[in-house]
Amino acid sequence: MRENSAEKTDKISAAEADVKGGETSKKKTKREQIRKFLKGFREYQLYLMLLPGLVYLVLFEYLPIFGISMAFQKFNPVQGFFGSEWVGLYQFERFVKSPLFWRLIKNTLSISLFQLAVFPVPIIFALVLNEMRSRVAKRTAQTIMYASHFISVVVLVGIMFTFFSPINGVINNIRAIFGAEPIDYMQNKNYFVPMFVLSGLWQNCGWNSIIYVGALANVDPCLHEAAMIDGAGRLRRVWSINLPAVIPTAVILFIMAVGNVMSVGFDKAFLMQTPGNLEVSNIISTYVYEVSLRSGLGDYSFGTAISLFNAVINLILLFGANFISKKLGQESLW
Amino acid sequence: MIKARSVSDKIFDCFVYFIVALGCLSVLLPLIYILANSLSSPKDVALGNVLFWPKNFTLDIYQYVLENDSIGISYLWSIIYTVLGTLISISLIFLSAYPLSRRDLKGRGVFMFIYVFTMYVNGGLIPTFIVVQALGLYNTIWGVILPGCMGIWNIIVVRTYMSTAIPWDLQEAAMLDGADAFRIFIRIILPLCRPIFAIQILFMAVGYWNMWFKPLIYLVGEDRHPLQLILRKMLIQNDMDNIMAGGVGSSTGAEELLYMSEALKYATIVVATLPILLVYPFLQKFFEKGMVVGSLKG
Repeated sequence: MRENSAEKTDKISAAEADVKGGETSKKKTKREQIRKFLKGFREYQLYLMLLPGLVYLVLFEYLPIFGISMAFQKFNPVQGFFGSEWVGLYQFERFVKSPLFWRLIKNTLSISLFQLAVFPVPIIFALVLNEMRSRVAKRTAQTIMYASHFISVVVLVGIMFTFFSPINGVINNIRAIFGAEPIDYMQNKNYFVPMFVLSGLWQNCGWNSIIYVGALANVDPCLHEAAMIDGAGRLRRVWSINLPAVIPTAVILFIMAVGNVMSVGFDKAFLMQTPGNLEVSNIISTYVYEVSLRSGLGDYSFGTAISLFNAVINLILLFGANFISKKLGQESLW
Repeated sequence: MIKARSVSDKIFDCFVYFIVALGCLSVLLPLIYILANSLSSPKDVALGNVLFWPKNFTLDIYQYVLENDSIGISYLWSIIYTVLGTLISISLIFLSAYPLSRRDLKGRGVFMFIYVFTMYVNGGLIPTFIVVQALGLYNTIWGVILPGCMGIWNIIVVRTYMSTAIPWDLQEAAMLDGADAFRIFIRIILPLCRPIFAIQILFMAVGYWNMWFKPLIYLVGEDRHPLQLILRKMLIQNDMDNIMAGGVGSSTGAEELLYMSEALKYATIVVATLPILLVYPFLQKFFEKGMVVGSLKG
């Protein structure tokens, strides 16, 4: 019925337009032209707003991307980018054949695989947090757990150096009460990887749980009510309702984490490096800094080649993880 | 469904509170330890007598921090970098996000590609360094502030917020009333973006406040170093001489100076970290909005 009447009014209005004829259509086109002109004007403002960002992108993103071609040069600051000699894949060969190659990869991977192993901890924490009945307690717990995220890397590593110091560090003081010999944790290569990963967990467990807490807030309460009527206990409901609710988010984040396996954050590794743990703390990103900026050798091309090698592996891993996830019928980035 | 809570339910609750308490304590205790040490007499700090409660409470060490030149100057530089950097990056992010959120922007796909591409491919440390040098920004404060100031991820988050949380009809109505893009942006979009605006300011400010690597590589000499690099020196390189030399209290003996140097570490950590820890709880309710994670589809 309704459709019919709508059709009718359409027909009527069309007939009316026909009757009124060409006069109005001329007026209409003029008005449309003006509107179009105005619209173009509005859009010009939009492009104007985009301009600063685009300038930024060209200067600080696209110029450096163009500069990656340094990896195929023997870049010499004196001769500049255009005067430097092109050497093809020489720098890559140098890296792959260097005696440090496998150790750097092994060090990098052992940190990032350990990091992937603690990936579920924030999810578990969010699931637990979500079971708190008291809103005030939940809010307070969240506030406390976020605090460590806002501490700078320098302070975090500084705290570690202070707490784990063999002389008067609080950890060794406590160990001394039980008669244990002090351990110089920061200089000991056996402790580097666990301390790196666990301090990261300490810093970001609460923060990384935010996303999952958000996903849990969107769970339809009806699901829980229905499950309760069916006699499901709380644990059962966490397992069968809440956990599936956070899985899509977790999959996306996991894909991105896999795509970053080769790029362990430079900051903390560099700050935690000591002569005693260099054997395990020398990772790809710190090595890049070492050969190019720190030593004064200024081996820019070599450093760029290593970064590029690394980035390509990361990109392959990212695409691979995304592809597999898609094949398994899970979420994907694209 | 009102039911007496069963025994298993109570056990479950206990378990939940136990886990959460464990997490909270693990975060809190180190922070309390630092605070307690910064409020104790330097001698007790140096001898390791302080745990979670100050011993021989005193604010002496804070007075020393305030009077110390090298800490004071670096503090000032940290504030300069934070204020300037946040201003610039917020402007860039919001100015870029708004046009990209407009569904009627011609060439939106192309522009999005130009932006998002740099998330997956970037020049990396050295080419960026060379470009900064070539632009003449090396050894200027702009070399510290500009590279990396426009986060693409932030733009995507803000853009998504603008296009989902603000009804398109509202903008269309304003357009019919003759408002141009600037006017819509300032009068409608920005006021409605308040939560995400606050969050972005917090994130940017924290980023600049905590930054240490860019000043390290882009500045020659230490006179413009921010607080974080002073902290690195004190805490990680354990180099207290320069910092102690900047102190005013010349009447103090060698032994006391040695004590001071330990206590000073804790007080400087507090001074560097407390400003942020006092601010973020007020913005906490917005955090979830600032963390939209989704795929890049659409």
